[in-house]
Amino acid sequence: MTLDRRSFLKALGVGSAASLAACATPGGGLSMAKSGGRRVVVVGGGYGGTIAAKYVRMLDASIEVVLIERNRQFVSCPFSNLVVGGMLNDLSTLTVGYDKLAANHAIKVVYDTVTGIDTAAKTVTGSTGTIDYDRLIVAPGVDFRFEELEGYDPATTPEIMPHAWKAGPQTLLLRRQLEAMRPGGTVIISVPATPFRCPPGPYERASMIAMYLKRSKPGSKVVVLDANPDIVSKAGLFRKAWAKHYQGIIDYRGAKRVTGVNPRNMTVSIEGLEDVKGDVINVIPPQRAGDIARAAKLTGPDNRWCPVNATTFESTVAKNVHVIGDACIAGAMPKSGYSANSEAKVCAANVVALMNGRETIEMSGINTCYSFVSEKEAVSVAGVYAVKGGAIISVPNSGGVSPDLSETEAIYAKSWINNILVEMTT
Amino acid sequence: MIQRSATWALAALVSLCAGAAVAAPPSAAMLSNACAGCHGTNGGSAGPSMPSLAGQSKEAIVDAMKKFKSGERPSTIMGRLAKGYTDADFATMGDYFSRQKLHPTRQALDPALVARGAALQEANCSRCHLEDGKEGKDDTPAMASQWLPYLQMQMSMYLSGQRKMPEKMEEKVKPLSRADLEALLHFYASVK
Ligand SMILES: Cc1cc2nc3c(=O)[nH]c(=O)nc-3n(C[C@H](O)[C@H](O)[C@H](O)COP(=O)(O)OP(=O)(O)OC[C@H]3O[C@@H](n4cnc5c(N)ncnc54)[C@H](O)[C@@H]3O)c2cc1C
Ligand code: HEC
Ligand code: HEC
Repeated sequence: MTLDRRSFLKALGVGSAASLAACATPGGGLSMAKSGGRRVVVVGGGYGGTIAAKYVRMLDASIEVVLIERNRQFVSCPFSNLVVGGMLNDLSTLTVGYDKLAANHAIKVVYDTVTGIDTAAKTVTGSTGTIDYDRLIVAPGVDFRFEELEGYDPATTPEIMPHAWKAGPQTLLLRRQLEAMRPGGTVIISVPATPFRCPPGPYERASMIAMYLKRSKPGSKVVVLDANPDIVSKAGLFRKAWAKHYQGIIDYRGAKRVTGVNPRNMTVSIEGLEDVKGDVINVIPPQRAGDIARAAKLTGPDNRWCPVNATTFESTVAKNVHVIGDACIAGAMPKSGYSANSEAKVCAANVVALMNGRETIEMSGINTCYSFVSEKEAVSVAGVYAVKGGAIISVPNSGGVSPDLSETEAIYAKSWINNILVEMTT
Repeated sequence: MIQRSATWALAALVSLCAGAAVAAPPSAAMLSNACAGCHGTNGGSAGPSMPSLAGQSKEAIVDAMKKFKSGERPSTIMGRLAKGYTDADFATMGDYFSRQKLHPTRQALDPALVARGAALQEANCSRCHLEDGKEGKDDTPAMASQWLPYLQMQMSMYLSGQRKMPEKMEEKVKPLSRADLEALLHFYASVK
């Protein structure tokens, strides 16, 4: 009755390279005349942007929707830790295209990198031209605050000390480094201070790497240097899994903020302590909203994240601009793929309401994050969200973490990634 | 920078006033679409183990949600999620999913088992699982096209006593062999 990997992968054949054929890029790129009366432009086709584009079209087919994404294929961060750990052989099952989405909902997908947003003129500019919008939804995910790490060169350091915090070549590089490491080696994972994309992600990664080392690199260990005082999410469950499976392999050190890197010596420095040396070093840098959100001045006083209205996700800085996903400040909702999906639907419903002069609808949202802790076991955190006093709160007495490590949750987790990727791509 | 913060503060103030306009309470779509990240758009699951909700009766969904919330029905995650909603929300979402078309699935099923199940269902299950499982009596869930691994997990939970079977269903299930039950599940999963 267990789901073997083959059927999981088969079920996952959502949108591999094969589906690139019917490219949806309109000929003129961004210089396109408006086809209808009203237009929504979405910047970023990830967990948030695809869903926002789709649901606007589902709710009101009279609104033209243009989705601008820089890559022709999207690689999912969720489940990419399974590639790092070797449970998945490569990223093919996590790589999806936009054709079906574009065709099913008549969404105009333009492959371009947005370089400018003029919120006064209501235009978006990329290399293929400039397009105007009635409402704009910005979903660029995160970029990194590399400048806070001494000695870090954004061009060269990730090739030596991969972050693998955007799935793709970085994920595969980290995997290759682990495979090439000598038995008895040390892997370092540095975790930035909150908030960052996917709070349980670093600890899932530590579990997956430890799983691999235990099997294939005897005597090796994983040192987790965490800027936070303790494991940020599902702490009890991760500790339980580590004690059960990875005793003596995972060396967790809380309140150890990495402040600098030395790629030549393969060391990282920590405030007030001696440098730590590693054979493989996974530096997860501190983060902020995607660069385009900052360039468009959509960030708040912290200059990092974008403040939004808790019901419409309209920017509190710029009118007619909405920000969803990792880039926005969504109150109690963590920065996750599920949150981005849920926020996108709330945003779409209210964009459509506002464009039709209707009353806005109070948000109701969900987050769930599954984390694998071993080949067969996963744990989850879940939450239900509502608005109170103008802020997104977690509904009291709801949600929480799994009672225990669970094989059943691992089965459901595989169905979750399938479902959410199908939702994004069809 | 100072100037930037000042504009920001002003903008925040303006939008705070604008945002004071009250919003309508969460609509059926607002509540239900949040579930779709696991159960699929409009409740049609892409599988292979998350169940579809599309086309389930309102009663079946409300009953399931209440039992998840109270803990009467065991779950991995639905109990934690159900606690975030009221009975009125359950009714709203149940109504929403009941209006969605049953989600046809393509699954690898054993034709011999499907045929055997088809022969068994009339006498054993059709009193409550109506129309080949496309509908259910009262709060009986629809099973047509449901994902087989999901149905198998639920049947295991019934047989092990973790999930409580309705008495009248138990009377029918008990005398059947594991192989017969497996055949019935293949049959229901095959119905389009
Ligand atoms: C290792 C790891 C594991 C994770 N596991 C989980 C998990 O199990 N569950 C979960 O829910 N979440 C998980 N997450 C978090 C999840 O990946 C993010 O929260 C999610 O991707 C956020 O969605 P988004 O739409 O905000 O950004 P993204 O999904 O990153 O999408 C942003 C898109 O915008 C595009 N873009 C950016 N700038 C521009 C521009 N200027 N022009 C054009 N296009 C642009 C990018 O190319 C990208 O496609 C994980 C993250 C990591 C790193
Ligand atoms: C994180 C994934 C996830 C989310 C989000 C989710 N569900 Fe579920 N749902 C499940 C799983 C898994 C099951 C099987 C029971 C279990 O183990 O929790 C299930 C079972 C159900 C069932 C029982 C179906 C049957 O035929 O037996 C209903 C009804 C249901 N969910 C309704 C909902 C509703 C309504 C929402 C939104 C408020 C929702 N679910 C959100 C994962 C999810
Ligand atoms: C007397 C009515 C009745 C009969 C007869 C009956 N069932 Fe059911 N069945 C129900 C009800 C009601 C539920 C939901 C009960 C619950 O809350 O667990 C259910 C649930 C199920 C489920 C779980 C579905 C889901 O989505 O969670 C399966 C599987 C199932 N029945 C199989 C069968 C089979 C096979 C038979 C025939 C051998 C059968 N039932 C006969 C009433 C019946």
